[in-house]
Order: sequence, then C-alpha cells, then structure tokens
Amino acid sequence: MPPDVEAVAEQVFVALADPTRRGILAALASGGPATATDLADRLPITRQAIAKHLALLAEAGLVTAEPGERRRVRYRLRSAPMQVAQQFLAALARDWDGPLDALKDHLDRAAEST
Amino acid sequence: MAFPDRIERTVEVAHAPRKVWAALTTAEGLGTWFGNEAKIDLRPGGSAQMTWTNGHTADMRIERVEEPAVFGFTWHIQGLPEDDPRRTYVEFTLEPVAAGTRLTVVESGFAQLPDDVYRTVFAGNVKGWASELGELVEYLDAA
Repeated sequence: MPPDVEAVAEQVFVALADPTRRGILAALASGGPATATDLADRLPITRQAIAKHLALLAEAGLVTAEPGERRRVRYRLRSAPMQVAQQFLAALARDWDGPLDALKDHLDRAAEST
Repeated sequence: MAFPDRIERTVEVAHAPRKVWAALTTAEGLGTWFGNEAKIDLRPGGSAQMTWTNGHTADMRIERVEEPAVFGFTWHIQGLPEDDPRRTYVEFTLEPVAAGTRLTVVESGFAQLPDDVYRTVFAGNVKGWASELGELVEYLDAA
C-alpha cells in the first residue's frame, strides 16, 4: 500500500471538518470551476476568507488553480482525493456482522426444518 | 496505519462445514441469508450475482473454490461509484471444530490505490468535466 493513502484521506477529512471549506467545495462541485470573487458572491463570507481557504485547499491538492478569464485565477475541484476518502469510508461502512448473524439464523432454521 | 485495508470476523456456528459451505456457495443459500435472490457458477473464474428487493445488486467473480474449506471472490467496493474499477477480495475459511464450524471472513483491499487514481492524486494531471465538455463541443462542431 502506498504510504500516501492515509495522508490523502486525512487531508480530505481536515478540509471537510470546516463548514466554510465544505461550502467552497460544495459550490465547486455543484457549479463547476469558479474564481474567489465568484465564490464570495455565492457564499456568506468575505473574498479574503475564501482566498485563505482556497490556498489551504490547493495546498492539500483538493482544488487546483488554473488561469481563468480576465487573468483571474479559477479554482477547480479535484475529485481523486475524494475517491480515496470514499474508500476509507467504505471500509468503515462495510458491515459483516449483520450478514453473519443472518447466516447463523439461516443455518439454525435449516437445521430445525430437517 | 489507521486506513483499514482489511476487515476480519470469526464466528462459530453449531453446524458441520458442509452445511455452512452449502449456505455460502449455492444460489439457494446466498439468496436466503445474504441477498434476496442469487445466481452462482461455482468455479474459479465463474461469476455470481446477488440481488436485493430494494434494487441493489452485487456481482462477484469467484476466485477460490476449495470445498469445504475456502471460498473466495472479488466484488465491487460498496459505496463507490458503479464505474469505479476497484474491487475488494472476500475470503471465507471454514474450519471444523468440536461444536461445528469456525467460520472466518476476511475482506481486503480497501486501501488499494489503482494507477489511474494514483496518477490523478499525486501527479496533478487532472482532466475534469470542463475539458471533457470541451471535447464534446469540438466533436459536435466538427460534425
């Protein structure tokens, strides 16, 4: 296993722990690439605060900066780290206890009926 | 390492391994305790499918069939998008004990990172929807 998997998942969860950053990521996911100014129009926070969070998100590889119109920097969501985090959640959500209990019940019932 | 790659459970059941084996490897068994309906072609490389009344489906590719001791298959990771190529490996091991059978299930591969994800996460070569939409526009313009 590459050692970076855990680090990638952690960065996603750190990013998602903050409501402002969740708002920024959600806005980029639903509306596509946007500049800090676009985001400030849509979210109830200042452009300065958004720029600070975007810098953190870019550092973590969760958004990527690209040249936009009128020489403004546009930010785009990167889905790959989210896919790694999803995998972490999938492991936590995987339920074997339920099916194994059902298997026991099934075997007991089958034995009773014979 | 906190990223759980492997999930393991062991239970003891008061039934002989051959009965447990039948519950794990027949359409009748799998379609009763696990899915609501099942199909299975029991051989390495064979496929199996379980369906649930809620519309959920699990497709399995059978990897190991060593009656009545080892049954292994791979399947799609629940919770990931349908087209995600990552799969986990599930292996049931049946061990006869005085009281019946000790059954162990191990599901592994949760922390795998296939090449394409690895590339996009770590190399920064991202192709998003916008570029794909751009390609669609070019395609339509050319037509």
